[in-house]
Amino acid sequence: MNDFSYTQAATAKEATALRKDTPAAAYIAGGTTLLDLMKAHLEEHPQLIDINLLPFKGIEQTKDGLRIGALETMSDVAEHPLLVQAYPAVSQSLLLAASPQLRNMASIGGNILQRTRCGYFRDPAFPCNKRVPGSGCPALAGDNHNLAILGVSEHCIANSYPGDLSVALAAFDAVLTLERAKGKQRQVPLTDFYRLPGATPHIETVLEPGELIVAVTIPAASHAQRSAYLKVRERSSYAYALASAAVGLEVQGGAIRAARVALGGVGAQPWRSREAEKALVGQPATEATFRAAAAVALQGAQPREHNRYKVELAQNTLVRALQQVAGS
Amino acid sequence: MESDLFPPAGAPQPEDGSRRSFMKQAGGILGLALAPPLVGQAERLTAYSKVIQGATDITLRVNGQAHTVRVEPRVTLLDALRERLDLTGTKKGCDHGQCGACTVHVGGRRTLSCLTLAVMAQGKEITTIEGLSQGEQLHPMQQAFLKHDGFQCGYCTPGQIMSGVACVQEGHASTDAQAREWMSGNLCRCGAYPNILAAVREVAQRG
Repeated sequence: MNDFSYTQAATAKEATALRKDTPAAAYIAGGTTLLDLMKAHLEEHPQLIDINLLPFKGIEQTKDGLRIGALETMSDVAEHPLLVQAYPAVSQSLLLAASPQLRNMASIGGNILQRTRCGYFRDPAFPCNKRVPGSGCPALAGDNHNLAILGVSEHCIANSYPGDLSVALAAFDAVLTLERAKGKQRQVPLTDFYRLPGATPHIETVLEPGELIVAVTIPAASHAQRSAYLKVRERSSYAYALASAAVGLEVQGGAIRAARVALGGVGAQPWRSREAEKALVGQPATEATFRAAAAVALQGAQPREHNRYKVELAQNTLVRALQQVAGS
Repeated sequence: MESDLFPPAGAPQPEDGSRRSFMKQAGGILGLALAPPLVGQAERLTAYSKVIQGATDITLRVNGQAHTVRVEPRVTLLDALRERLDLTGTKKGCDHGQCGACTVHVGGRRTLSCLTLAVMAQGKEITTIEGLSQGEQLHPMQQAFLKHDGFQCGYCTPGQIMSGVACVQEGHASTDAQAREWMSGNLCRCGAYPNILAAVREVAQRG
């Protein structure tokens, strides 16, 4: 890692003021993503601002839904009874991610901000439009077997967010609370938080310089209660998703009344499919319906040489997740 | 596998007085009690506007003893333990949080010391593999690894044992499938997994 200075902020006001003084500084919470990136020299910061004393804690029921402080750890959130009961897919997305040690360390805010695992991004010997804007994308014609097929551009085909939690949060209409200075908070739906790569893959979210994630709130809904997260990977645990699906259904008398669908591992960002949801609502909860919805979800896919398999894999993953929830 | 990992929604929470349920309750209550809106200066590692730059003396509490070490902010807990405190039982494998060889306990939780800054581990109780035994009396998990031959080259073993101790304490080793999943952050290139699993499960079953 490059040499850096360290300081600890006790309040959000202090943290944002410190960051304003040193714009190239970074906030650190769990550090599992940041220190990994800094060790690989993919990020260098002259200063780290420790935000662990900020009061972004707590898991509580509010009128808008379950509010989770951004500094809660993945472990503490994953098995929290309120989450397990009302949002099983979100709980499962956390338990199927990373390892127990990493989940003990990583914050919810840091998880949402994790960066791509694209091998070309992570190896400074290669050009990469995300790392060095305008330098090119060797993944387009290179080893792209684990990269994205939805929402990609000719400049970048990375799964910009490679994780699981945000996929489930995208499905269940989660809203982020952001703060850029004292008293300056705003609410951003998670589905509007990430930016598609387009011609600027280095701009990954709508977070403004120095802005902090304060909390994430997930609205209560019956389709969130009857939900599941299914993750398919190259080994049975401790690996990133090749494809994953977060789904929720409300079924009455065999007919689907409400549906939520988001895919992971295949999108340039956590991939909410409102098209698939439309194809489900009003239909019988049968495999034929699920297959039709899965085909709609992957309609815009732009696979390349080594990730063509993901079109079928993602459809099968989605169908199986829907079957799991419909049968529960 | 799913049924072991994810109890169905609405399933009764453990009311068996297990450490796991106790920790959850205690965590909730303590969490409330310890969350004042403002943090006193005494709890802070640095005073506001005090920036730690370059080599600085910090205090780490390791295996029940306080040690002062001189480190730059970029020094990881792993390097501080191995290079400054000569506690070389904790191993450096990948140094990127992917292998689990550097697992130690920080504040009672299994943690990757390679992705922890030493400066951020101040004020927390750190336990390494050297702190598990009581003198010559090995920890039950160490005994179980010996009995079941839970290693070949031994490089991943300290991390496996630290993770195994935590896994049992968390209540995540109640079936073979559950223990496998909750030990998946510790890789073994020799492939001693069946014997590691046997050791962890035996300690879990002994209760």
